[in-house]
Amino acid sequence: MLPVLDEEIVRIRIAKRIALDLEDGSVVNLGIGIPTLVSDYVPEGRSVVTQTENGVVGAGPKPEKDDWRFIGAGGRCLSLLPGSSIVASDMSFGLIRGGHLDATVLGALEVDEKGNLANWWIPGKLVPGMGGAMDLVTGAKTVYVATTHCDKKGKSKLVKTCTLPLTGAEVTDVIVTEFCVVRKIDGVMTLCEIAPEVTVEELVAHTDMTLKIANTVLPMEGCK
Amino acid sequence: MPTKLIKPVMSADEAVRNVNDGMSVMVGGFNYGGVPYTLVDALVKSGVKDLHLIANDTLYANDKVPEGIGHGMLVVNGQVRKVTASHIGLNRETGRLFNEKKMELELVPQGSLVERIRAGGFGLGGVLTPTGVGTCYEDDKQIVEVDGKRYIVEKPLRANVALIRAHKADRYGNLTYFGTGRNFNPAMATAADLVIAEVDAILELGGIDPNDVVTPGILVDILVLKGDGYYASRT
Repeated sequence: MLPVLDEEIVRIRIAKRIALDLEDGSVVNLGIGIPTLVSDYVPEGRSVVTQTENGVVGAGPKPEKDDWRFIGAGGRCLSLLPGSSIVASDMSFGLIRGGHLDATVLGALEVDEKGNLANWWIPGKLVPGMGGAMDLVTGAKTVYVATTHCDKKGKSKLVKTCTLPLTGAEVTDVIVTEFCVVRKIDGVMTLCEIAPEVTVEELVAHTDMTLKIANTVLPMEGCK
Repeated sequence: MPTKLIKPVMSADEAVRNVNDGMSVMVGGFNYGGVPYTLVDALVKSGVKDLHLIANDTLYANDKVPEGIGHGMLVVNGQVRKVTASHIGLNRETGRLFNEKKMELELVPQGSLVERIRAGGFGLGGVLTPTGVGTCYEDDKQIVEVDGKRYIVEKPLRANVALIRAHKADRYGNLTYFGTGRNFNPAMATAADLVIAEVDAILELGGIDPNDVVTPGILVDILVLKGDGYYASRT
C-alpha cells in the first residue's frame, strides 16, 4: 500500500502543483473539486484567467455577499475580476472547443497509458451526463488530470486501459496525484516528479499504468 | 408605429397557455442562473404533459428540495416525456425516471447541445464537431472525415416553444442579458416557433441602446415580467 496522507494535504498538494505549472497569462478552465482549488495557489507575480463554462472569462473568488446573478459552473457565486467578460454558451464553448484555452484541469475515475480519460459515468449508477467535460478535453491545449493516486479501495486510478466510458480519447497531457507528476512525452506516460513519502520503486509497484521513468525524476515541486 | 411589432405583455399564466401537451419546449438557464422561473412555475401549474424538455440541465431535486427547483419541477411532476440535456446529475428524479424507463433521455455534450440549437435557429443542416469522437458517444452518430480528421455530425435542434430569461426588454422585444444569466438564452431565442421572454423590466422604444441589444426583437413573440418567487427574485 502507498502511504495514506491527510485528505486536505492531498487536495492542496495536487492543486498547488498544477498551479505552479501554469504560465503567467494562461487561460484555464477548472473543474469541480480539487481543480477548483488551483486558482488559490497561483504563485505571486503570475496571473491566470479563469474561464467558467457557463460564460465568464476572468472569474474571481466567491464574494463576501452572494449575488446569484453571477455564478460559476458548480452553481456557487463568483466575483468578476477587472478585465473580465461574460459570454453566452455558444461563445463559451467556442472558446473551449476552438483551442482558445491554454489548460483545463479535471478529475478522473480512470486515466490510462494512452491518455484516455474516464470521468463522467460509472455504468450501473445513475447517469449524471457529461456536461462540458467532453468539449473541455477535446479543445483545451493542455489537459491536466488532478486526482488522488488510488481510489477509496486503494486501487490505482492510473490504469493500463480505461474500462469505464471515456470522456475523451488520448486527451490527457499531465497527471498530478499526491505522489507524482506524470507527463505524456512523445506519446508515452513518463514519471517526472515524485513526492517525498514514496520511492520510485514503491510508486511503480502500486501503479497499474506502465510508467516510463524520466532520466532524472525530480522531487515533486511544492511539497513541504 | 406599426403595432404588429409591439410585442404583447402577458402574465406568465396567460403566456404558457401557448404550450400544449406533447410539445417540445426549450428552457434557458445553466444551473441556477438565467432560468425563466416565473414562466416555468406557471407551466408546472398548468399541468401540461408529455413535454420534450430541452435544457442544459434539469436543475435540482434532492432531499432538501424533493419537489425540485425551476424546470426540475416539470420532471418531478411527471410532465416530461423526454429530456435533452448535457447534465442531469443534480436532479435525482431525471435519472430515476430514465432508469425506470418512464422517460426518454438524450444526453449531449454541452458545447454540442448549444451548437445543435444554434444550427436549428440559424438554418444549418447541423454541425461537425470533434467532441465525443473516440468515446461511446459517437456510437450511434454519423461520422464525417474532413482533411483526415473525424467529426461527429450533430443535427439541428428546434422546439415548438422557447421559454427564455433576459434582463431588459423594450416593447419590440429587443433583449439585453445580465451576469451569468445569459448562457443558453440567446441561442434558444433563435430556435423555436414561439419565443416567450421573462424579463426584469419592459421599457418603451428607445429605452435600450441598439448597441446593447443581444437578441433582436424580431425573434421574440411574448414578454412576461419576472415575478417575485424565491428564485426569480434572486436571479
